[in-house]
Amino acid sequence: MEALLSNLALGFSVAFTPEALMYCLIGCLLGTLIGVLPGIGPVATIAMLLPATFTLKPELSLIMLAGIYYGAQYGGSTTAILVNIPGESSSVVTALDGYQMARKGRAGAALGIAALGSFFSGCVATLLLAAAAPPLAEIAFKFGPAEYFSLMTLGLIAAVVLAHGSVIKAIAMILLGLLLGLVGTDVNSGMARFNFSIPELSDGIGFVAVAMGVFGFAEIIKNLEQGEEREIFVNKVGRLLPTMQDIKEAFPAVLRGTGLGSLLGILPGGGAVLASFSAYTFEKKIAKDSSQFGKGDIRGVAAPESANNAAAQTSFIPLLTLGIPPNPVMALMVGAMIIQGIQPGPQVMSEKPQLFWGMIVSMWIGNLMLVILNLPLIGMWIKLLTVPYRLLYPAILVFCCIGVYSLSNSPFDVVVTAVFGMVGYLFVKLDCEPAPLLLGFILGPMMEENLRRAMLLSRGDATTFLTRPLSATLLGISVLLLVVIALPAIRKKREEAFVED
Amino acid sequence: MHLRNPKDFWSGIMFAAIGFAFAVIVKVYDYPMGTASRMGPGYFPFVLGLLLGVLGLVILFKSFVADGERVSALAWRPIVWILGAVIVFGLTVKLIGLALAIIVLVMISAFGGHEFKLKEQLIAGVILSIGSIAVFVYGLKLPFPIWPQFLG
Repeated sequence: MEALLSNLALGFSVAFTPEALMYCLIGCLLGTLIGVLPGIGPVATIAMLLPATFTLKPELSLIMLAGIYYGAQYGGSTTAILVNIPGESSSVVTALDGYQMARKGRAGAALGIAALGSFFSGCVATLLLAAAAPPLAEIAFKFGPAEYFSLMTLGLIAAVVLAHGSVIKAIAMILLGLLLGLVGTDVNSGMARFNFSIPELSDGIGFVAVAMGVFGFAEIIKNLEQGEEREIFVNKVGRLLPTMQDIKEAFPAVLRGTGLGSLLGILPGGGAVLASFSAYTFEKKIAKDSSQFGKGDIRGVAAPESANNAAAQTSFIPLLTLGIPPNPVMALMVGAMIIQGIQPGPQVMSEKPQLFWGMIVSMWIGNLMLVILNLPLIGMWIKLLTVPYRLLYPAILVFCCIGVYSLSNSPFDVVVTAVFGMVGYLFVKLDCEPAPLLLGFILGPMMEENLRRAMLLSRGDATTFLTRPLSATLLGISVLLLVVIALPAIRKKREEAFVED
Repeated sequence: MHLRNPKDFWSGIMFAAIGFAFAVIVKVYDYPMGTASRMGPGYFPFVLGLLLGVLGLVILFKSFVADGERVSALAWRPIVWILGAVIVFGLTVKLIGLALAIIVLVMISAFGGHEFKLKEQLIAGVILSIGSIAVFVYGLKLPFPIWPQFLG
């Protein structure tokens, strides 16, 4: 407890400098601004804004990125409630009841409860992160290469459970991601692989290019294909502060959402999407009167919004303690850390305590800022939503292009992003979920490295993964997960969960 | 055999082609395989490539067994104009400067939309250009040339 307090005090001393507060604020603002745009989720938002943080000090750049993440998440909910086009997949369920509340003239209450619920769950999850990180990092130091390899396998398998649609296609997407991640120079032998004598490719394919192409450009093309059909509730937002009755109804849902979200965020492959889906389904299950769900029940907004924010927070736990990203957003954070010269892993906490604790405290500050910012600024976000898409998408393109170009100040990355835009659009056409691909992409080199080390240590004996108890347990859980999602009964459930009404 | 699931059919072909291509490249370029205890740079990609290839074949096979959706037509108009605009931006920005490149990007990409209003897009382009230069070049100090090279 004492250690926790002194750690948090250190964090506050870093995060409460005017500079840090400013970048946290800028991050939240920019994140919300881009996140509000329909069809732009946190992954694309972070990818787009990442280059803006390159020139900052490591602490500040991570603080700003974390701000961007929450901002984007919150912006997505705003869009979901007001336009019924979820800005990102974790807001899909928010759109169900939030939009119905908006249609009944209670958009304000929906936005308010989303903000307050998120803030509450953010506080709880930040404390949880601060308390759980040090002991978990201790365990992480006991991990050898075999354990890391097995843990990454588990993470990738869990990502399959999370993906929509066909399990086998999701696995194929993971393998494709792993392979694409291997393009470039092999760290062990120094040999350039799959570069076809293109010098730029010997550094590998840029993960920002992949993320922005697949999640940004492909999305724009898809939106343009579908045409413009939006109904926005602009004039009747209503009062933002929920009534006592609202709070009484929503608070238990917020609590349950927070608990469920915190738990699911930690799991590899979990994260905000899974959390909000589960929280909504759970809430509907246990409600005495579930007839109002889908018709504007405030619990249907409070639970998933609290859950996705809690999960957004706790998904930093595997990243910061093990160095393993549990979802594509965290995969981008890994990229950002590496660019800043920080190798994510358990050593970050002991070697760079100011960075680690500063970031955690700034998460809490970021959450607070979002509440303070968003409630008064909601009018501005609504204005933004009324801008027709034909003016919005060129603006998105401009930000994307500037972002990608400044990665290396060469046309190469821009062209690669365009290629992945096309590839991402084909994925959409073929119902291949891109999230597992991105996760595989970032884990590819790490998996290969740990596999090689583990095999070297065991002198080529592959049973090392099964004879080491921790590693065997992790692989066992992976197999169990695969078996479970293959079972017909659960498969049906899983499909239902993703099509929800 | 009757093709029952076009989406899976094409996905299967895609995965199989890419997977086997990776495995073949390992062999053609002769990346050293090494041994199980000392894996060379070819080992892991070769195994993964084969796995993906086989998985692609399984998906392909299944597409003849179970029903599924058709693949809807590709929307070539946005594909060409959006991605074209992006590539033009990448290739020309150093030469013509950020100010002009953004306007060109906005104008070209506008053809990908449903309606094209010249005056409106032009104004949008100019505003975006000024705003982006203020934020990214002056604010965040990203190293972009602002004006065309041949003028400076």
